[in-house]
Amino acid sequence: MSEAPTTRPPERTVRAAPLVSLRRVNKTFANRVVALNGFDLDVFPGQFLSLIGPSGCGKSTVLRLIAGLMMPSSGAIIWPQGDDRPAGATREIGFVFQEPTLMPWATVFDNVHLPLRLAGISHAEAKPQVMETLDRVGLSDFAAAYPRELSGGMKMRVSIARALVTRPKLLLMDEPFAALDEITRFKLNDDLLALRESLGKTIVFVTHSVFESVYLSNRVVVMTPRPGRALTEVAIDPAPRDGRFRTSARYLELCRVTSDALARAMADDRAA
Amino acid sequence: MSSPRAEVGETWRGRALRLLLPGAVLALGILAWELVVRVNGIPPYVLPGPLLIAATLVADWPVLSASLVVTLITTLEALVLAVIGGIALAVLFNQSRLLEYSLYPYAVILQVTPIVAIAPLLLIYLPQPAAVLACAWIVAFFPVLANTTLGLRSVDHNLVDLFELYGASRWQVLRHLKLPAALPAMLGGIRIAGGLALIGAVVAEIAAGAAGAGSGLAFRIVEAGYRLNIPRLFAALVLLSVTGILLFFALSLVSHLALRRWHESAIARER
Repeated sequence: MSEAPTTRPPERTVRAAPLVSLRRVNKTFANRVVALNGFDLDVFPGQFLSLIGPSGCGKSTVLRLIAGLMMPSSGAIIWPQGDDRPAGATREIGFVFQEPTLMPWATVFDNVHLPLRLAGISHAEAKPQVMETLDRVGLSDFAAAYPRELSGGMKMRVSIARALVTRPKLLLMDEPFAALDEITRFKLNDDLLALRESLGKTIVFVTHSVFESVYLSNRVVVMTPRPGRALTEVAIDPAPRDGRFRTSARYLELCRVTSDALARAMADDRAA
Repeated sequence: MSSPRAEVGETWRGRALRLLLPGAVLALGILAWELVVRVNGIPPYVLPGPLLIAATLVADWPVLSASLVVTLITTLEALVLAVIGGIALAVLFNQSRLLEYSLYPYAVILQVTPIVAIAPLLLIYLPQPAAVLACAWIVAFFPVLANTTLGLRSVDHNLVDLFELYGASRWQVLRHLKLPAALPAMLGGIRIAGGLALIGAVVAEIAAGAAGAGSGLAFRIVEAGYRLNIPRLFAALVLLSVTGILLFFALSLVSHLALRRWHESAIARER
């Protein structure tokens, strides 16, 4: 029997060097909305980290800051293992948006080819890599199809394939399954875990679903509402994720702990 | 898994109806017209019947076909220049805000000033064929410019972010993202421009008509009007209409072929 799950303050103990660290990050938008206030986070290699919090807590902002699509108003984003790169212009990051965000005029192949094409890799050169990635997400038969011919779940698979095709070190996912029906979502959850097993990726996953975060991750960071801070986090044990896990007592217990933490985050906000 | 590409097109019945109904209306209209002219004994210099117009069309074909070629060439030249100019300006505006702010108002002014009022001026300053072409271009380029500008702006913001994430250059964003995204709006603009180029050419020819050297279809219409050769006037008018219709269909076909694989406008709704 495993130990009782607990919450604890945001992790500070040094294990391996983090892949990326956010230090005292503040982000204020042009319309003066304070999205993040003193946000700290270390993402360690190989982690599946979920960011969870009420809508508008700055979860997506965290991802966009890591991706270099936004600059922090103050604070630092540090890549200890790499050069001091501006994160844009790098193929080491894959990004999956809430919408599939595919180019409707391009085939599935061309959509997945895009990141390589922008790096100057031709259709012929990229073909093995693109086909292998499509195969991983189970879409090798649909390389010539257009996005409009696919279901919502299949489009999302294309989007994931596009993010994986450059073999990035870090995969950022912004509520990728939020718009999908539950059956499709469950299937994609399992597929994502299988992909992670084989690729060993580090993933930062934004979600507003407690159940999804507990099922997928080994670390859940709970954020307070606007302005977002990392309030607390829940360590999730690596039990095998099979059909029975979703109904196991352990799973429900972890969900309860995470829900409580989320409720505290909300209450914290009201008290403040 | 069943083929995801199965598209249910229009049924044969629907297609036949779409051709037959306007055809029937046309036939009825022509019949009524001929009857009205015959029953009331209306003289041909007031209102010629359709049969007389058809006969005139055949009899005057050498004159009319030569004029048709003149007008058609002007229209197509103006359309091609409008497409090139409109798209080029839209791309420039899209790349440079300053340029857009500086020039766009003048493109609008050019568009809202009635071409009939500009045509006589252009005829003073330019040789006649160039003036006619310029008129046709002025009316035709704006829809291409306006629609392409709109299209270039209507890009999915997340896709823009994605291109930025992968370090795409300005040219790559334009070539692989903005231009394809703008294509449907651009083609819509070109379709409108086709009709307008013809109108512009006709207006300029009419304005030039009194000045003499022209020989386009609109010039024939004016000339026939002066000479009370009303059947020829109608015959030239018919040719102009047919030209406009064919131009519209040709451009619609181009648009359909370009978009049929992916754009909702070109895909039959499945039921």
